Amino acid sequence: MSELSVKHLLGIKYLKETDIQLIFETADHFKEVINRSIKKVPSLRDITIANIFFENSTRTKLSFELAEKRLSADVLNFSASQSSVKKGETLIDTVNNILSMKVDMVVMRHPNPGAGIFLSKHVNASIVNAGDGAHEHPTQALLDSYSIREKLGDVAGKNVVIVGDILHSRVALSNIFALKLQGANVKVCGPKTLLPKYIDSLGVGVETNLRKALEWCDVANMLRIQNERLDISYFPTTREYTQQFGVNKKLLDSLDKEIVIMHPGPINRGVEITSDVADSKQSIILNQVENGVAIRMAVIYLLASKIK
Amino acid sequence: MSEKVLLSSKEINIILHRLACQLLETHLNFENTVLIGIQPRGKFLAQRLTKILQEEYNVKHIDVGFLDITFYRDDFRRGDKTLEATKTKIDFLVEDKNVVLIDDVLYTGRSINAALTALQSFGRPKDVELLCLIDRRFSRHLPIQPNYRGRQVDAINDEKVKVMWEENDGEDIIYLVNR
Repeated sequence: MSELSVKHLLGIKYLKETDIQLIFETADHFKEVINRSIKKVPSLRDITIANIFFENSTRTKLSFELAEKRLSADVLNFSASQSSVKKGETLIDTVNNILSMKVDMVVMRHPNPGAGIFLSKHVNASIVNAGDGAHEHPTQALLDSYSIREKLGDVAGKNVVIVGDILHSRVALSNIFALKLQGANVKVCGPKTLLPKYIDSLGVGVETNLRKALEWCDVANMLRIQNERLDISYFPTTREYTQQFGVNKKLLDSLDKEIVIMHPGPINRGVEITSDVADSKQSIILNQVENGVAIRMAVIYLLASKIK
Repeated sequence: MSEKVLLSSKEINIILHRLACQLLETHLNFENTVLIGIQPRGKFLAQRLTKILQEEYNVKHIDVGFLDITFYRDDFRRGDKTLEATKTKIDFLVEDKNVVLIDDVLYTGRSINAALTALQSFGRPKDVELLCLIDRRFSRHLPIQPNYRGRQVDAINDEKVKVMWEENDGEDIIYLVNR
């Protein structure tokens, strides 16, 4: 297969397994490109991309921007905090105004789940979801799987546990979809209050004991507590959370195998993961960041080639 | 669709030996020369020439690389299909080297143009030459000519030159295909 089955990247839910493989194969080529002394290719010189962020972001925004620039696209950056959104403009109006400046693709992060899907139905541009509320964050899941594939050779058949605030995490949901699609075994682990009620319907295992989860897995993806989305108290104290669900060196060393540690960032050092674990050789956290640029280049390249 | 044999395995072999000798004449021991095959089809030609130079003309070491030009092509989004990339493998610097770009068929010259742009990502070569097995003359869109050519062919627009390699397609043979 040489092209994506979709026109937008709204979520992993809408992708086929072959799409993921195509994105990975393309990312392999871009990874070689970004390790050259001149890291830029001219493919997208006639494409303009708007990065619209209605929510804060460091890594994702930088990563998208760098990916776009490495492909020679023209880039517009827009942050809601400094815009007319504050003056009462609707999402469609904002985006249509940007599109009348002849923009071909929109990369959007928004606090509301489904914002990307809504937009794709109303505006004529290719939409890339860079995170919509607690719904999906497809490029993060793609780069996570890509990093597992790079480290362990394959994703199929691997045991992956996602630890932490599953309820509020778009990274968790996208990762579950992506990993299941590629044939991995997935478990989630966290306090019961932070696990979604219908998590079983996604075909994943549930474990509330961190040690058992780590003993089972090949890869542990550690998530942060999404404090900005916690409207009520889901656990007594951060200290108690750390005691039950935080990974430290002692716990890792007591396992009878060496597991891979991942984290999508931003890390709350000393809460879900201690510094010595985050910086250990078992951790592939910085590889994830590097792969993020290659994956986003692949996604943008493949979507842009469908713009006529 | 009809196929006509343009060159047989024996003829290809003779041409490959001549091209190897011509390279040898200019580059002697290949100390400061690198061969770069343009992916996907120039790779086989580059490998074949290297093999002849090493095994039959005792050249000790030749740097050979493969260059994918997909992301440098000028027809992105102009066709129906997504352009699919292949692997680039250049494990050396081309800075101050004599580079010989190698491709099987030279047609419009656009691939070579893209290859010249792509090559810049790997440094500033001393000079760049072009070797092609088949030169379809009178069909260039750009001012690009080969330094070494296997055979010159007059092929009209709806004809296609198909180069087959033993290691990939089972036998060495070149067809002129009428579409």
